[in-house]
Amino acid sequence: MDSRDEEKRIGRAMQEWEKDILEPVITRSPERQERFSTLSGKEVNRLYTPLDVAGKDYLEDLNFPGGYPFTRGVQPTGYRGRLWTRRQVAGFATPEETNRRLRYLLEEGQTGLNLVCDLPTHHQMDSDEPACEGEVGRDGVPLDTLRDMEVVLEGIDIASISTSLITGGAAVMAMFLALARKRNTPFHLLRGTLQNDVLSLYYTVNIPCFPLSLSFRLSTDVIEYCVQNLPHWNPISFVGYQIRETGSSSAQEMAFTLASAIAYTKALIERGLEVDDFAPRFSFFFNAHSDFFEEICKYRAARRLWARIMRERFGARNPRSWLLRYHVQTAGSSLTAQQPLNNVIRTTLQALAAILGGAHSLHTNSMDEAYSLPSEQAVRTALRIQQVIAHESGVTHTVDPLGGSFFVEKLTDELEEEAVEILKEIENRGGMVKAVEEGWVRGQIEDTAYRYNRELEEGDRLVVGVNCCRVEEEEEPLEVFSVDPAHEEHQKRSLEEVRKRRDAGKVEEALGRICREVRGDRNLMPFLVEAAQAYASIGEMREACKA
Amino acid sequence: MRDENKRIRILLAKPGLDGHDRGVRLVARALRDAAFEVIFLGLRVTPAQIVQSAIQEDVDLIGLSVFSGGHMTLVPRILHALGESGASAVPVVVGGIIPPSDALELKKTGVSHVFGPGCSTSEIISSLRRLASKDEVQEYVTR
Repeated sequence: MDSRDEEKRIGRAMQEWEKDILEPVITRSPERQERFSTLSGKEVNRLYTPLDVAGKDYLEDLNFPGGYPFTRGVQPTGYRGRLWTRRQVAGFATPEETNRRLRYLLEEGQTGLNLVCDLPTHHQMDSDEPACEGEVGRDGVPLDTLRDMEVVLEGIDIASISTSLITGGAAVMAMFLALARKRNTPFHLLRGTLQNDVLSLYYTVNIPCFPLSLSFRLSTDVIEYCVQNLPHWNPISFVGYQIRETGSSSAQEMAFTLASAIAYTKALIERGLEVDDFAPRFSFFFNAHSDFFEEICKYRAARRLWARIMRERFGARNPRSWLLRYHVQTAGSSLTAQQPLNNVIRTTLQALAAILGGAHSLHTNSMDEAYSLPSEQAVRTALRIQQVIAHESGVTHTVDPLGGSFFVEKLTDELEEEAVEILKEIENRGGMVKAVEEGWVRGQIEDTAYRYNRELEEGDRLVVGVNCCRVEEEEEPLEVFSVDPAHEEHQKRSLEEVRKRRDAGKVEEALGRICREVRGDRNLMPFLVEAAQAYASIGEMREACKA
Repeated sequence: MRDENKRIRILLAKPGLDGHDRGVRLVARALRDAAFEVIFLGLRVTPAQIVQSAIQEDVDLIGLSVFSGGHMTLVPRILHALGESGASAVPVVVGGIIPPSDALELKKTGVSHVFGPGCSTSEIISSLRRLASKDEVQEYVTR
């Protein structure tokens, strides 16, 4: 029997089922809602059958893991070969305190570093600038000079563990490379990721320390420099996470993230690079939100869509250029201050979705993060979520266990189609940089965020502990972590000492070179690394770049 | 005498370096929908800018959004600046990631209301209406 006959047969049987079996039940007991939809508002049907995936071609649309278009994963062995990297975000107070937390996490079984900078460092400001008062070490580690990079990574071998640096700044990358030089660690041994996607950070968390054009140039300088000198480094990670946290839908998260990657691809090609020179080192960073299946399908759809964009649109020929490799963080915005222990359950489901979707690296949020940065105890429990999934749940034994589910395949298709439509719209608007600058992207996200909030307030969406299942007396979590304001003074003093001890002539010379080179179009990275090696501060490097 | 039909004017701002503005933008939109007159100063606003705008725009309320954990430094600085300019009668409310113990502390220093995570915009709207009504302002001044 050919497949079309089979479909007809199933179609007829389904009509009979609806009439004979379904209808009497619905008449007797109607369904709970008239319409069921995903968190992003996509309608979900009662049932999915072979008819929903009719016309799909297994080899073309799914294929085997490790085979184009990678819907089922980029690794042929999935997690049977290697588990994902357990990579908890850490950074607070001072480089000394953060170093202690990093070592603690490594002792507890974390397998990668994920260092987050504080706000002044994100803005490339020195800790002692007046505008930074009260913000130093609040929600990340302050990195003023190479001295801080030395302290925060003390006792950790950067050649044997991968390091992720959460910041847009080329200056922080320069400090990391200066540290490698000082330790005689060859650049080609360095593994890790610099976030660096200033285009996405520009409209989500609003970090414009430079005009967008200069930020964009610096971030492409980093990419070019790294693909030429650090073969195992990911010089950019396209930040879908923040897009989602700003309130986007899952399809918007996927589309806007890929749109940023497309914008960088175009810019790097314009510089004269070949797509296969840099695309194999691209990495991505997605959110894992609360709608279990929608998230799983988002990762599967993004993998397929990116592979097709790289191969068909940009003509990439190296199969590594087609691979969507990505880190996932569970959704911070889904955490509730109400009954905070429930956040462990939320995060577990989100982490499970990330793993069933094929994440390569994962951060799980801590239960107390609707109050503050996580305490040591909370962050350990969050890491344990990943370890329980890895070692106890059994979901890692087979590759893409949900592949072939009628619902999962259909939803994967629908999310991909929606993302394709958004990408077309961006092209019609003249590309992502323009769409961002004109405020269109942020406007789209805000509309979605507003709609979601209305649904929540009207009770169409339920959040346990917030608009249902509430308790009279809220309890605070066991321990609310706080950063001692004294750390700020300590950090300022450290910076002052570095300024006294360093060779002022060398610093001035290195900064002068940045001032000169920024006017030309040579890659600035070698000059930034030199300045970092001379212990120039991040604020001084910022000013030099503005010259 | 306050005109009962006069729209409530509120100044919204995000002090400090942090750029997570989903919350404050959402609140701004909800307040506009509820017929408030919203003057949104945007991000990284200094205490001086807040005081100046509050006086110039003759606002009924000031709303500050802080997510970065820097509220215990940022908010008192603004209250101090308001006091220095004789504008301390304008009630100040704060929203963001604020642990309950800090919320108590902020209220002691003169903040009228703290809206934490999970607080609905309708709760915010009704609290602000009460706060802006004549009685509440009076009570605030004499407290």
